[in-house]
Amino acid sequence: MKTPDAWKHVELICPAGTPAGLRTAVDAGAHAVYCGFRDETNARNFPGLNFDRAEMRAGIAYAHDRGVKALVALNTFMRAGEVDLWKRGVDDAVAAGADALILADVGLIAYASRAHPKQRLHLSVQAAAATAEAIAFYHERFNVKRVVLPRVLTVDEIAKLTKTARPCETEVFVFGGLCVMAEGRCSLSSYATGKSPNMTGVCSPPSHVDYREDGDTLTASVGGFTVERFAKDEAAGYPTLCKGRFCSQGKTMHLFEDPVSLNAVELLPKLIECGVTAFKIEGRQRGRAYIAAVVKAFRRALDSLETGGAMDVEELKRLTEGQSATTGAYKKTWR
Amino acid sequence: MRGILPAIVTKIAGILPLMPMELAAKTLIGNALAARPGLVRRLAEYAGATFAIDPVDCPFVFLVKAEGEGAEVKMVRDADGAAYDARIKAPLIVLAGMIDGTYDGDALFFSRDLSIEGDTEAVLALRNALEDAEIDPASALRVPERFAGPFNRSAELAFGFLRSALHAPAASGPKAGGTFDA
Repeated sequence: MKTPDAWKHVELICPAGTPAGLRTAVDAGAHAVYCGFRDETNARNFPGLNFDRAEMRAGIAYAHDRGVKALVALNTFMRAGEVDLWKRGVDDAVAAGADALILADVGLIAYASRAHPKQRLHLSVQAAAATAEAIAFYHERFNVKRVVLPRVLTVDEIAKLTKTARPCETEVFVFGGLCVMAEGRCSLSSYATGKSPNMTGVCSPPSHVDYREDGDTLTASVGGFTVERFAKDEAAGYPTLCKGRFCSQGKTMHLFEDPVSLNAVELLPKLIECGVTAFKIEGRQRGRAYIAAVVKAFRRALDSLETGGAMDVEELKRLTEGQSATTGAYKKTWR
Repeated sequence: MRGILPAIVTKIAGILPLMPMELAAKTLIGNALAARPGLVRRLAEYAGATFAIDPVDCPFVFLVKAEGEGAEVKMVRDADGAAYDARIKAPLIVLAGMIDGTYDGDALFFSRDLSIEGDTEAVLALRNALEDAEIDPASALRVPERFAGPFNRSAELAFGFLRSALHAPAASGPKAGGTFDA
């Protein structure tokens, strides 16, 4: 277990899709919140979500007034010929007082480190830096202070990477939606809809999603492809191709990924032991109810661990996709 | 779906005239939008879309179109013949909990306590705009600010009691305290 001094550096990083979501996360016990502008510069570019410039300034001030850090995600990849949108985002986030920028595009990272050398930079999970060499490159070349590790590593791999990455910090996801691909490299959504999380900030854009009820059966399709049929009372998941149920070799099954959420609450002690600095909750697209419940539960778990108490690992299941949870790649127990 | 009203309530609601209910709904929604003008701004290109809000345990459907600082509200007995861009179906107590932030929309969708059809993007825009608006009973009923706190707390208790009595999904909103139940 970490020394009491080391506990001071453990951070719970919480999602804030809207100003109200940000206030909810701060009030629920987040050490830091992450949010993005209302455009293609962040990977949760959904209608009705995110912050305009004034909201961002007010949100960051709200967090700072309560001793909470605010991280701004500009974690999509710049489009040729339109890089000013991303550069303006960096400038405005710095001006708004962001404690760190979460970036993925190497060109944007170069711009941010040159234009704002004092600004703290984090490497987004979208950059898929899963090797010591990649982390060292971003740290040495651009002074990136923290890397959010892709959700494809085991706990042992995280331990090794965290050790070699020092003094660059590591951050890992502990709860929420999972992505089966090495982040930043998935083309399924682009193939079906022409839009992707990496470029336009949307996976399975809702403009291309259709739900149809046929009696008790719910059919979900993306870009005209039927991805799932849910029987009566069967738990549903997100309408993404990677979590679709398809027929292959005479069997109907989830070919790529089951519709489940990551819940690594029981792995927190191990991850802290590994030296991981920050624990991220996914879900900027989720509501205040989710944010309040998950942030409170994880903050309680961290506080319990710090004081040697027990953790409640069951209470989060209800909020998970498909109503079930997994430890994902951290344990790699799947088929 | 959980949280269905008893059949007797549905039956009584079926004989009530629509016009007074439509007026009441229009007033409540208009008050809420006036108190939270950011909601329509956040709807952006979906301000002007018509949403069919369908309480599956009631013999009526609300057709709501938010525009400017007001809303066009129509009530119909059945949405099937009505024109709308998107339809959201759930028991009345669950829909109320979506509006005030008691429930997370995705969690309700995963558990099949809520279903949607039509323009998915419009539904998402509405859900996100409602999330940010933090609408509470006091703003919908134009309760003076000095009474808003106690009024909202009483309403929360009443809704919590109703959710429990109707076996609706447990609350997990920002005001749910240390547990998931109200």
